[in-house]
Amino acid sequence: MLQSAIDSILVLAVLLNLAMLATSRMAACIRTFALQSLLLALLPIAVGLRHETIPGAHAFVITAGAVGLKVFLIPWILLRVLRTGEIHREIEPFIGFTASVMLGAVIIVASFAFAKRMPLPTEAPTDLLVPVSIATLFNGLLMLVSRLKAITQVLGYLVVENGIFVFGLLLLEQTPVLVELGILLDLFVGVFIMGIIVYHIRREFDHMDTHLLDALRES
Amino acid sequence: MTAVRAVLFVPEMLVVLALPPLLMSVIAKTKAWFGGRVGPPWLQPYFDLHKLIQKNAVYSKTTTWIFRAGPIISLAALLTAATLIPVLSNDSLLGFSGDIILLAYLLALGRMFTVLAAMDTGSSFEGMGASREVTFGAMSEPALFLAFVVMAVATKSLQLSEMIGPKLLPEWQIAGPAMILVVGALLVVLLTEACRVPVDDPATHLELTMIHEVMVLDHSGPEFAFITYGAALKFTLLGSILVHAAIPHPEGFNVLSPPLRVLELGGLAVLVGAIESAMARFRLNRVPMLIAGATVLSAIAVVLVLMRRTV
Repeated sequence: MLQSAIDSILVLAVLLNLAMLATSRMAACIRTFALQSLLLALLPIAVGLRHETIPGAHAFVITAGAVGLKVFLIPWILLRVLRTGEIHREIEPFIGFTASVMLGAVIIVASFAFAKRMPLPTEAPTDLLVPVSIATLFNGLLMLVSRLKAITQVLGYLVVENGIFVFGLLLLEQTPVLVELGILLDLFVGVFIMGIIVYHIRREFDHMDTHLLDALRES
Repeated sequence: MTAVRAVLFVPEMLVVLALPPLLMSVIAKTKAWFGGRVGPPWLQPYFDLHKLIQKNAVYSKTTTWIFRAGPIISLAALLTAATLIPVLSNDSLLGFSGDIILLAYLLALGRMFTVLAAMDTGSSFEGMGASREVTFGAMSEPALFLAFVVMAVATKSLQLSEMIGPKLLPEWQIAGPAMILVVGALLVVLLTEACRVPVDDPATHLELTMIHEVMVLDHSGPEFAFITYGAALKFTLLGSILVHAAIPHPEGFNVLSPPLRVLELGGLAVLVGAIESAMARFRLNRVPMLIAGATVLSAIAVVLVLMRRTV
């Protein structure tokens, strides 16, 4: 029962990756990210429950941190940045929406094939965990490189972090809470700074298309 | 042996043949209920078919025999497909190992002749509809086949009646997520193939936006009855594949199973009606996205189910 709940969460997380690749509305994209983070944040508790009857405080702290930061705070910051701008859609990414969904599916299949050959330090709680984390990581990377707007690039970065978060579940018992919280703090600072950068890009150029930063050259 | 089997199948086949217009009626009633209307009488599709059968067909001078053959061959292909798909019981009349390939191409044959008949009229609107139908049909085929692959791997069989039969039941426990994805993909395939919202709007009144309806504008009388009935039959057949995959009945459930299946098909019709009431059809250039999404769902399901096999 618990096993299939964990599996369902992981499969759903992969599908949300594809949904993020498919949506052009940035607000919807941010909300999808929040939903994915919420689902993934439940995993430490679920995995903990599988090992012992009551998961340690460790799992609860990580879950609380992930929910607070990635489900509420970061989406709130991003939506705020979005609201102050005029652009709400990704219009023409480098890779089209249908093509990037297809590419995302190829990444997922490839990560399943890859995960099979990967030696692991500890046994995974479920055999879906590693492929899903690799797939999420690379789908985030795809979003990061194929999108033009600063916000979607930030989202791509956050999705990459979600992938790492899933991978971290492998070492749930071994990693100190401090390290996990340090990662979350880094993430928060990163998004905070990127929010400021997006704001400045927009003030300078009246939009947040990072594409035009290419033209900045010393002459 | 086969003769006895064939006789035993007579009542089931009769019900299967009589059911499709009723399902269309269920969809119409659901949409009417959502709109706060009463809707047409339950038997309206049957009356329509009866009326059309009695009429004479009118043929344009530019058409050839292909135009006349189109509806007949399409309906014949669908009727043949009906013998391969288990609709009410867990068994099909003529099922054999590998019949899924025949099934997929019977559907494709029917579509091809509808398209040819549409092109034969020389009308630009019908050519446009034909091009759209073929595009979306070609895109939904991989989704359907990948879904078949999942079920074939799960049940180690290539016969449709076994693939979506009782053997699928344990698979829901082993690889539940994969099966949910397959059912989602099959639903999109059903909506695409049966030309329902959000892919195509069967009730639209503008030729420019139609897909299926625009191809059959020139057909009249009994041939139009064939087409209308064929569309309903296609919905029933694909719907029953979906229902069988979603809710596999265990073995030894023989008496209760057929009435339950009828109810489940009715439930599916209500669901389709609800989808049609709740959402508008997609813009034409968004539709490939939906179908590609279904293909991706099936592909992920294949990966999941294969992984469970090898571990």
